Amino acid sequence: MSKTLYEKIWDGHVAAALPGGDTLLYIDRHLVHEVTSAQAFDGLRLHGRGVRRPDLTFATADHNVPTAGDRLHVEDLLSRTQITTLQRNCAEFGIEYYGMESDRQGIVHVIGPELGLTLPGQTIVCGDSHTSTHGAFGSLAFGIGTSEVEHVLATQTLRTTRSRTFAVEVEGALPVGVTAKDVILRVIRDIGAGGATGHVIEYRGSTIRSLDMAGRMTICNMSIEGGARAGLIAPDDTTFAYVAEGNRPFAPRGAALEAAIERWRTLVTDAGAAFDKTYRLDAAQLLPQVTWGTSPAMTTDVTGRVPQPDEVAFVNPQDVERAIAYMGLRAGQPIEEITVDVVFIGSCTNSRIEDLRAAARILEGRRVAAGVQVLVVPGSHQVQVAAEAEGLDRIFTAAGCEWRYAGCSMCLGMNPDQLRPQQRSASTSNRNFEGRQGPGGRTHLVSPEMAAAAAVAGHFVDVRAL
Amino acid sequence: MEAFVRHRGRCLLLDRANVDTDAIIPARFLKKIDRVGFGELLFMDVKQKDGVPVPDFPLNRPEAEGATILVARQNFGCGSSREHAVWAISQWGFRAVVAPQGGTSPGFADIFRNNSYKNGFLPVEVSETFADRLFAAGGGEVTVDLEKRTVTAHLPDGDVTETFPVPDGARRMLLEGLDEIGLSLHHVEAITAYEQARWEPGVMQV
Repeated sequence: MSKTLYEKIWDGHVAAALPGGDTLLYIDRHLVHEVTSAQAFDGLRLHGRGVRRPDLTFATADHNVPTAGDRLHVEDLLSRTQITTLQRNCAEFGIEYYGMESDRQGIVHVIGPELGLTLPGQTIVCGDSHTSTHGAFGSLAFGIGTSEVEHVLATQTLRTTRSRTFAVEVEGALPVGVTAKDVILRVIRDIGAGGATGHVIEYRGSTIRSLDMAGRMTICNMSIEGGARAGLIAPDDTTFAYVAEGNRPFAPRGAALEAAIERWRTLVTDAGAAFDKTYRLDAAQLLPQVTWGTSPAMTTDVTGRVPQPDEVAFVNPQDVERAIAYMGLRAGQPIEEITVDVVFIGSCTNSRIEDLRAAARILEGRRVAAGVQVLVVPGSHQVQVAAEAEGLDRIFTAAGCEWRYAGCSMCLGMNPDQLRPQQRSASTSNRNFEGRQGPGGRTHLVSPEMAAAAAVAGHFVDVRAL
Repeated sequence: MEAFVRHRGRCLLLDRANVDTDAIIPARFLKKIDRVGFGELLFMDVKQKDGVPVPDFPLNRPEAEGATILVARQNFGCGSSREHAVWAISQWGFRAVVAPQGGTSPGFADIFRNNSYKNGFLPVEVSETFADRLFAAGGGEVTVDLEKRTVTAHLPDGDVTETFPVPDGARRMLLEGLDEIGLSLHHVEAITAYEQARWEPGVMQV
C-alpha cells in the first residue's frame, strides 16, 4: 500500500499499539531545555523512576541565558536557578548537558542539526513547540508538554495518537528578495492559525526542493504557527550533504553514512499515497511578507496595508480590531509607513549562519537608522564562531548593530532582551502574540533580509527596492 | 492525576479566538521550577495593564468568582508547548474549557489539548452554534459528562446537549485518574523488544 512519509516514520516507531487507540511511539532523540524540564525530573524522583535512555537524551540552556555582558553570570535569580537545576538534573540522571560554558551550547533547535543529533527518519521530541524545526531533515519532530517530557524520560516512548496528513505544495522559483520565511508566513496567512491543527504537514514541490537546509528549517519551524503537530520535508541530496559536512560529532561517517543514506532514500511519500488535506502555493507570485497583527496568520505583503476589520479570512472583525489597536496601527495604513524601534535578528526560526549572511548582505556598507536598536543573536556558539570567522560580526557592528551571544533572547524575552511597552520590533522570530517579546511590546515578523532593510530605513521597506 | 468524571459549574465567557499560551501565562513566569502558584498569574498581561486591572476583562468581573468552566472561541491554547498554561487555568479554579470548532480551525491547539488531559483538566470542543448560544445567553451553567462524552448548556429556554470528542485512551486515564507513566511501564517488554531491533544510524558515543 502507498504511504506518506509521515506514515512510514510512524509505522517504523510503534513500540506498542495499545487498546483504546493510543500508541507508544518510540523516541530516537529527546532534547531538553531548562524551562519545561524541572517539573518532569521532579516527577521521576517522586515516583522513584529513572531515565530509560540517557544516551538518547541531550540538554542545553537556551531560553534564559544572557546574550550580553558576562554570559556565565546569570544575574536573574530565578533564571539562574532554572539553569543550575537543569545542570544538576542532567548530572544526576547521566544526561549530556551543554551549558553556557560549552562550545556546543545554543538554541536547542539549532544545535540538534548542527551536532548531527538530528537525522532523517527519526522521531524527535522536546518540551518546546518549535521542535517541528527538525522535520526539515525528514524526521518526525514535535513539541510536547512537561508531563509528556516525564513520560519520555521514563519510557523513551510517547503515548500518542496518529495525526492526519496535510500536503503543502509550493511550486516555482522564488523571486529575488523573497525567502523561505515569506513562504511559510504566506502559507499560515492562507490556511489560518489553526488551519493545520490535528495534522502533520509535508512540504513538497520544486520550491521546497530548491531550498537549502536553513530555509527548510525556517519553514518546518513555523508549522506549529499554522497549528500543525509537525512539518516534514523528505530528505534528499541537500539533506545528506548537510549531514555529511563539517564537524557533526553525532552523525554517522564513512561506510555507516553510506549505508544510512541508502536507507534514508526510501523516506519519501509513495506515488499515489493520499493526504487528508492539500494546499498549493505559486512561489513566483510571492512578495516579501510582514505581519501586522497579533497572530502569525495576520500577515500581508510589504506593498500592502493594514486590513479593514472585515477583510481578514478566519478572524472575526472584533479580533482584528483588537489586534490593530494593540499594535498601535490604523486600518488602511500602508505597511511601509510603519516605523520600528527595535530589530531582532535571531531565534530558532532565523539565526543560522545563512540567515546572518542574508542580513549582513543588506547591512554591509550601510548604517542603522537613527534611534533604532538592532540585536543580532546567533543561534548557537558554533554559529557565532563561524560568523566571526567570516567577519559578519564586523559588518553588523560597523552598521550599528549589537552582536550578541547565542540564545533564544528576544524571541520570547525570558532573559533581559525584551521590548518595553509600546516599543515596536521587526523580528525574524516566529510569534507576534501580545506581549511575546515583552509586556506591551509590538512585534512584526519578517525575514532576515526584511529585518535588516527595516533597520536601515527605520521603517518597513520592500527589500527588493534596496 | 485527579480524576474527571462529571462536572457541573458556572461558566465565564471569554469572547476571543486564538487565545495563545503567551496570553494565558507570559514567558517571564515560566522560570519557576515547581508546579504550584500559577493560578494567580493567569492572563496576567491581559487582565492588567501597567499594574492596573482592566475592568472589563472577564477574570476581573464579579461573575468570575466561583466560575469553573471557561468558554472561549476557536483555536484556544495555540502557541507554545508550556504546560504552565494548563496549570495556570486549572489552579485558578477552572475544571474545563469549552471552545468551538469554527472556520478551518478546531476548538483547541494540539499540545494544549494533550497537556490538559495529563492534568485532569478537560478541553471540550463544541459546535459554533452551541458556543454562540452560550455567548448569547451571557453565560449560565454547563455540565460536562466525560462518562457519556456529553456537554450540556443549561440555558433559560431549556437544556442543549451535544457530544464532544475525546480519545479513548485519554478518557480512560481521566475517568480513573490513572498514572499514565505507570501504565506505560507495564509495556516495558515491548519497549525493550523494539529497542533490540532498532537501527541507530548515529555515532552515539559522547
